[in-house]
Amino acid sequence: MSESGTLLADVLQVLLLQTHNTRTVVLSTALLGMASGLVGSFLLLRKRSLMGDALSHASLPGIAIAFLLMVKLGGNGKFLPGLLAGGTLTGLLGVGWVMAIRKKSKIKDDTAMGIVLSVFYGLGVAMLQMVSSVPEASAAGLESFILGKTASMVTQDLVLIAGVASLTILFSLLLLKEFTLLCFDETFMHSLGWPVQRVDTILLILVTAVTVIGLQAVGLILIIAFLITPAAAARFWTNTLSHMLLLAALIGALSGWLGSSISALYPNLPAGALIVLVAAGVFLFSMFFGGARGVLRRGWLHIRLRRRVGRQHLLRAVFELLEARGEALAGWPPNEPVKLEELLAKRSWSHGRLKQLLRQARREDHIERAPGSWVQLSESGFAEAARHTRNHRLWEMYLITHADVATQHVDRDADLVEHVLGVELVRKLEQKLTEEGVALNLPASPHLISKTVEPAS
Amino acid sequence: MGIDAVLEDRPSASQRIREVPSHPDTVPLAIDDLTVAYQSKPVLWDIDLDIPEGKLVGIVGPNGAGKSTLIKACLDLVPKASGRVKVYGKAYSENRSLVGYVPQRESVDWDYPVSALDVVTMGTYGRIGLFNPVRKKHREEAMQALEHVGIGHLAKRQISQLSGGQQQRVFLARALAQDAKLYFMDEPFAAVDAATEQAIVGLLHELKEQGKTVLVVHHDLASVSQYFDWVVLLNMRVVNAGPTEEVFTRENLKATYGGKLALLDEAGQALRDSLR
Repeated sequence: MSESGTLLADVLQVLLLQTHNTRTVVLSTALLGMASGLVGSFLLLRKRSLMGDALSHASLPGIAIAFLLMVKLGGNGKFLPGLLAGGTLTGLLGVGWVMAIRKKSKIKDDTAMGIVLSVFYGLGVAMLQMVSSVPEASAAGLESFILGKTASMVTQDLVLIAGVASLTILFSLLLLKEFTLLCFDETFMHSLGWPVQRVDTILLILVTAVTVIGLQAVGLILIIAFLITPAAAARFWTNTLSHMLLLAALIGALSGWLGSSISALYPNLPAGALIVLVAAGVFLFSMFFGGARGVLRRGWLHIRLRRRVGRQHLLRAVFELLEARGEALAGWPPNEPVKLEELLAKRSWSHGRLKQLLRQARREDHIERAPGSWVQLSESGFAEAARHTRNHRLWEMYLITHADVATQHVDRDADLVEHVLGVELVRKLEQKLTEEGVALNLPASPHLISKTVEPAS
Repeated sequence: MGIDAVLEDRPSASQRIREVPSHPDTVPLAIDDLTVAYQSKPVLWDIDLDIPEGKLVGIVGPNGAGKSTLIKACLDLVPKASGRVKVYGKAYSENRSLVGYVPQRESVDWDYPVSALDVVTMGTYGRIGLFNPVRKKHREEAMQALEHVGIGHLAKRQISQLSGGQQQRVFLARALAQDAKLYFMDEPFAAVDAATEQAIVGLLHELKEQGKTVLVVHHDLASVSQYFDWVVLLNMRVVNAGPTEEVFTRENLKATYGGKLALLDEAGQALRDSLR
């Protein structure tokens, strides 16, 4: 009891940023998360997601070289801005190579990136080994750039991270219009005479900035996930760019905050891994539950459409069977029971599907039980059936009179489209057809309705 | 041997004596001696073309004839191997504000998270300028353009939720928002519904009535004489260009479509071989 009590107190202490060190760590990773969410969104929309990966891997040799240089010059080998400057240099060199390979040869992006990324990373790992044998200074801790280690950060590092992250956020907001156009329609941007290349370079610089300052916290292997995951998660919730950017920044900040908090509680767990895991958790949640394009929503929309289509087909099938009996009085046929075999013969339903549809219709109070293998429409079902049939005919008429569709092709199209006809459109159709003197009560089907085979009784 | 050197060596074409044409400000588009090559593959050879003002011009020719490339070369979107293009008497880079552009619909990702109005607003970006903010005025202009093409009610719809015809209208509205005098349209009629096709034709005639000039890359030969009053028959070179009733003839079409231009093909092959 008391143990869990202290644990809870620890958790709260970290999450609420009560100790100075965790406060700075958590705040700067959260800021970093915001910046990476914003910049990552553009990277994603530009379809350059992996660029960040090439960049981060290519930074490793630069870090080792910078360390070596600073030690040889008699300085502090672990001076962070120096290390990051070295990383930036080789990182950009790596990206430059990828671009050069793509431009000058027929090798595709992914291959070029694969080559550059692994060559630079391999070089970096080898150089780290070499550096660690330099007698003048201990290179211990440099390997934390690979997986990230927030615990080794000191206040100045955090100030650097926070500063660069804030600048990045500022710039990506100032250049919103330019980045939007760049990612959507580069050709059009060119035709306006805008410096596509330069805007692209600014975007690359922002990506580089986030990547490099994120190296220490998240590590060069995982930073790519920190760049892309919040943006990808945000995309599931919205179809509006500004909302996507806002959401990606929030998700990034949340991941940074939670991830580094947990890492502060369990110092053995690398912060980078935790941050990325939190982001991945948000991504999975968004993928399923996202309101704009989440899997569940899409599935639900599909099921709903299928149900609606099924219901309308059933009701219309019954209605047209009744019509075909030819006992119509004043346009409407009498509501009588129909045989299941007749229904089966009318559409390409399987027994199972028809049973399912009937169950659904019964739940909705559209049909009443009739003895044996007969069904009969309820009063409300009959009204619905008449309405659907009328809509269907209206749509068919519209297609024939206004859209130059051959009569025999109409039925299929109407099946697909009338189910999504809104009230407004139906009203317009009625108006159009009234103008042309079509009887609106219930126009006869403009094509021959297939007579069903009379079931042997 | 570099490609420029090879092109310099061309016989007759560059050596033929020709008056250097002067282009007054009233000629919307004047193309002189334009040649475009993608790497070692020649696409357009020796294009000479003056487009008169206020015409609806159809650019017609077989696949791979360089129709889109011609437009892109005019807009500085692809490098020219030789030649020059004048828009109302000046280089395109000096007269951009007079030009509107409708790229091929497939050239962008329609899954992009922006609304129809956002895309049309991009048409005003040329006037807004780099790094300046979009203002209410610009959005209103964009809205007018959307209403002009008949889909004002879809302004807030995300572009992936538009039909192909509606997407094409969004692109047209964006060009309208550019408020230009000379329009380039790359296959605006490709894969659109009948209603959109009629809407586009109506729009073209409106533009013509306002004295604007429109160049349209077009695929459907059957509708050429109905839609355009001027035609450019293109197959790597200009086979013929002029008023539709004079130029759009069976013989000219045969010359454009029938039979590969064996000589040019051979020349192209030789060029490729020399670069290997």
